Amino acid sequence: MMIVVLNKDTINISREQDVVVFRNRVKESATKIRMGLVNQTKLITAASELVRNMLRYANGGIVTIEVVSRGRDNGIRLVFADEGPGIKDIPLAMKDGYSTGKSLGLGLPGTKRLVSEFDIKSVVGTGTTVTIIKWNNG
Amino acid sequence: MDRIPILKMGRFLLVTIQVDLYDRLATNLEADLVQAVSTTGARGVLIDISALTIVDSFMGRIIGNIGSMAKIMDAETVVVGIQPAVAITLIELGLELKGVHTALNVERGMQLLQEKIGPEDETTDDDSSTE
Repeated sequence: MMIVVLNKDTINISREQDVVVFRNRVKESATKIRMGLVNQTKLITAASELVRNMLRYANGGIVTIEVVSRGRDNGIRLVFADEGPGIKDIPLAMKDGYSTGKSLGLGLPGTKRLVSEFDIKSVVGTGTTVTIIKWNNG
Repeated sequence: MDRIPILKMGRFLLVTIQVDLYDRLATNLEADLVQAVSTTGARGVLIDISALTIVDSFMGRIIGNIGSMAKIMDAETVVVGIQPAVAITLIELGLELKGVHTALNVERGMQLLQEKIGPEDETTDDDSSTE
């Protein structure tokens, strides 16, 4: 089924403090489509992980927040695009416990568990784009 | 620089996180708390996160770190007030908050600390001389 974009908003992330503003924007969008509290919390936590990756590895980037619908289901789609170094080995980066930084390595695999749909594309030397969707009922 | 206040209550340190955390704020809290355990000789740390709507892996790690650091300085840490949605998300994310004790609310957290640390009587003299 086709995904229809109902609303679109972009936000620049270049400093740590932008993260708080960004999380609030995501919350506003999720509240608007009456997403339940648990799903909201999962979405915002996933968003927080991805935006930290963007800051840590790529010095920031641009996030697009979209309200989307597919049939009768509404959801939030977030696209994190950066122009950082890219990820060499995506399957490895998606493994629990793997990290090139000093983190626990829960970021990417943990994020995937929290959302309904997860897609990552990366070109070494060009950048990384992560797209997640959280459906209201998913 | 933003900082989260640390209150001293008897032998315990009390921290109530009332604002949304970003990474710098969390790492400042970690450093401040460990310093406070050292300067006050506190035996317990109670962290109230009931106002936090999200805890991601970084914040979870900082909370765990605080517990481990306090532990090797002879202080117990109790985290209280985790919201149900936050608990669900933390476990799904893969974070179990090892190294810290948890309690439902501040009252039970205080009780837990009292039990962990034992009666005050034996150490009353030492306490009064340090504060």
